Amino acid sequence: LASGSLIDLASSVVDYARKAGADQCDVIAHRYDESSVTVRFGEVEKFLEAGSRALGLRVINGGRTSVCSTTDFNDAALRQFVADAVALAAISEPDECAGLPDPALFATGRADALQLYDERLQSLTFEDRVAMAKACEAAALAEDRRITNTDGASLTARAGEVALVNSLGFAGGYPSTSISLVVEVMADDEDGKKRNAHWFTSERLLHRLLPPEEVGRIAARRAIAQLGARKVETRRVPVVFEPMMAASLAGTVAGCANGGALYRGATFLADRRGLAIGSSLFTLTDDPAQPGRAGSRPFDGEGVATRRTVLFGEGVFEGFLFDCYTGRRTANPTTGSASRGIESLPTPSTSNLVVQPGETDPTAIVAGVRDGLYVTTLMGFGFNPATSDFSRGAAGFWIRDGELAYPVTEVNISGRMDAMLAAIDATGTDLTWFGSTAAPTLRIAEMTVSGT
Amino acid sequence: MTDPTTEALALFGGAYNIDPAVMSSLLSTALSRGGDFAELFFEHRKNNSISWEDQRVKAAGRNIVQGVGIRVVKGDAIGYAYSESLELEAMRRAADTASRIGTEDERPVPIDATPAGVSDRYYSAVDSLGDRPPADKVALLQRADRAARAYDPSVSRVDASINDELKTILVSRSDGRVVGDVQPLIRIGVSVLSLRDGSRQVARLSGGGRLGMEYFEQVPPEQMARETARQAVLLQDAAEAPAGSLPVVLAAGDSGILLHEAIGHGLEADFNRKGTSNYSGRIGQPVASPLVTVVDDGTIAKSRGSIHIDDEGNVSRRNVLIENGILRGYLQDQISARHFGVGPTGSGRRESFKDYIMPRMTNTLMLAGEDHPDDIIRSVGRGIYCISFNGGQVNISNGDFVFSVTEAYLIENGKVTRPIRNVNLIGNGPDVLSSVTKVGSDYALSDGRWMCGKDGQSVPVGVGMPTVLISAMTVGGTKVG
Repeated sequence: LASGSLIDLASSVVDYARKAGADQCDVIAHRYDESSVTVRFGEVEKFLEAGSRALGLRVINGGRTSVCSTTDFNDAALRQFVADAVALAAISEPDECAGLPDPALFATGRADALQLYDERLQSLTFEDRVAMAKACEAAALAEDRRITNTDGASLTARAGEVALVNSLGFAGGYPSTSISLVVEVMADDEDGKKRNAHWFTSERLLHRLLPPEEVGRIAARRAIAQLGARKVETRRVPVVFEPMMAASLAGTVAGCANGGALYRGATFLADRRGLAIGSSLFTLTDDPAQPGRAGSRPFDGEGVATRRTVLFGEGVFEGFLFDCYTGRRTANPTTGSASRGIESLPTPSTSNLVVQPGETDPTAIVAGVRDGLYVTTLMGFGFNPATSDFSRGAAGFWIRDGELAYPVTEVNISGRMDAMLAAIDATGTDLTWFGSTAAPTLRIAEMTVSGT
Repeated sequence: MTDPTTEALALFGGAYNIDPAVMSSLLSTALSRGGDFAELFFEHRKNNSISWEDQRVKAAGRNIVQGVGIRVVKGDAIGYAYSESLELEAMRRAADTASRIGTEDERPVPIDATPAGVSDRYYSAVDSLGDRPPADKVALLQRADRAARAYDPSVSRVDASINDELKTILVSRSDGRVVGDVQPLIRIGVSVLSLRDGSRQVARLSGGGRLGMEYFEQVPPEQMARETARQAVLLQDAAEAPAGSLPVVLAAGDSGILLHEAIGHGLEADFNRKGTSNYSGRIGQPVASPLVTVVDDGTIAKSRGSIHIDDEGNVSRRNVLIENGILRGYLQDQISARHFGVGPTGSGRRESFKDYIMPRMTNTLMLAGEDHPDDIIRSVGRGIYCISFNGGQVNISNGDFVFSVTEAYLIENGKVTRPIRNVNLIGNGPDVLSSVTKVGSDYALSDGRWMCGKDGQSVPVGVGMPTVLISAMTVGGTKVG
């Protein structure tokens, strides 16, 4: 993929917009090829292959903003699209905080060091991809005779490029790849219920992908381990989060450390910068420069150079993620955290979110619990960012005398996020990546577990 | 009122020269390697949005998405390709790619594409919001803002948005059927922050449907804004929710989301065909209390989940899923219908031309019973009363589900007393539906706000329900004992 042509296209749309009367504008364009294949019981169940493209234009005219998108790249259609977008901005009212970044903040470095593109993905044939999915599912089915059904294994690969050009002279673009493999299998429980589990691996670089067989075996073991799952009594106990669930908690916390939530007054972290909210074991960073990771980016959705931001440092809340708009709204500099969708205005978002690992072996974290819950699944959307009230469905294992005693399902865990962060009393050595988030095992000293 | 197929043919024919001869030719390419069945799905979607913050319009937006999805079916297997370009050469390439699910040597397959009309009409794009001057829509947001601020002095922030979409689809199948639809959809959303003595509470509500300006005659923006403000202020005084197993009364309307999660997804035929649903192989068996009758009805006038045809070109209809507690049928797409040897149910849907078809819900409803809603509440000694919700999730395989309640109260000695916050309901679909002990006479359809996600694809749906008593369900609060 030659990225020059996409930047050229975006540049010409910026020119059209300037000629149509836009004071300021920026254009994001992307183009990618995607292919996915699903194998079930060893047969190809479905495949998809396609090339996709889209373009988004933001116009800022005297502080009045419009944001439009199209998938029609025909030149005449693009000129009409631009004229409409410029006219549309007049509907908005002037906002002194709207505007492109200060050009001094524009990224100048190259994307190569971030290793976002792996040309080896392009050489994977359809047959290669089918073989990987088959190997994954077969390993899951072979792991245990109690695995009786499968939802199949899917392999998805994408290769594409993104370009961002604005009217203040920024023009950047880079190619990227991604590949993921996921499998879900199930076992029949004695009460007639099915116990299912999935596992996945998702990377930009092919060599980092877990072996397909390992993904399959993990999924199978997780399903088997849930056989005989039951509810538990309602009580307050220590709760241990396996790394994948700790990563989910980290995402929830980061959503509250967002400049958009700050200026809308919709986060419990408002007015709490510099305060010790979490336990000293809790350090959370946003790191866009991790080589080869899903969230890595050389510039943000406004062309600003990206940088590492500490959200929580040893429990102290250090600050929010900002783009230009939310920064100006709250008298803060942008942290280079703008994320830009084709159809939407820039908004602050995390890049790679990392919960710093601790010094405790994960088995020791469990061993330190007499009665408690080990969480491997969270369900539902029960979190209120404004109040920090947290309440989600959960499943996993009951811990008794320091060991996983039996599987648990259909329970709920709840608490206030600020109190939960303060009650983190162990972090594991087992830092694990899940896409753009990495976390170790975490233990919270006490939460409400609701059951019978 | 012109026929939707005629309108769709005019749009794609006029702008892109897509006519029955082009469709026949593409389908012929799609089947050239021995596929059993092929379909072309043309889509043109245009939406307008206006967002409101700080008592002014923050931004206006417009998106245009178009393309074609081409599917070829061989047995139960699917080859799929799509193209954003509607140039003949690009579409031909996509048809050729999808054809490769077949493995035979290339040979031409003649197809006779024949446009068909749509007889029943449940909505129309006449008077669509997209045709209105933007100032009319801005005025609605302004009215919502004023009403929310006037509701209570603690209301310190109001965000709002209005979206209107017009989606034109044209389905052309290798059995010759060509059918189209024009689907309008609007949604207004209001978010209110109540700030009192440093305590922040946010509430959000939205509504709409497949209609135009007339929606705001039924639900004036002031009404939605006041309702949102009321919920935010109410949370200021809400108590900690109890934790543990309790009787739960679900109010009429929005509670249908429980039905959607607890049972709707498990009745989608793809899961049942593969034996991965907890309802697999249970047709004709009791799966709920005899008081429970559940239908999925894509034909409700102007409802968010309604469709004239599904995205495979089959006519939408009313499907009885559970009748007096007995499982009667599943929601089918074509592949599953053929597997089960039944007719189509009009339930094949997809988010866009880029996506696979799956069996999906439209408007999922529990029919009214005979109990007076007041008597239902009076029958509960200690429990909770749930009115509005912000979403849920289900594990299809074992039926476990969760959903979050945004407005709930304690019931003490048969009376609704204090508001409670941070309430989650956890249950198992079949267990909970077997525990339905009273069903109210007060059936209501929820306002059009729900979006259903499955396998990464979102489609608009409707839900509806009468007041219902569930004898025991796990309430995930924070207060133990």
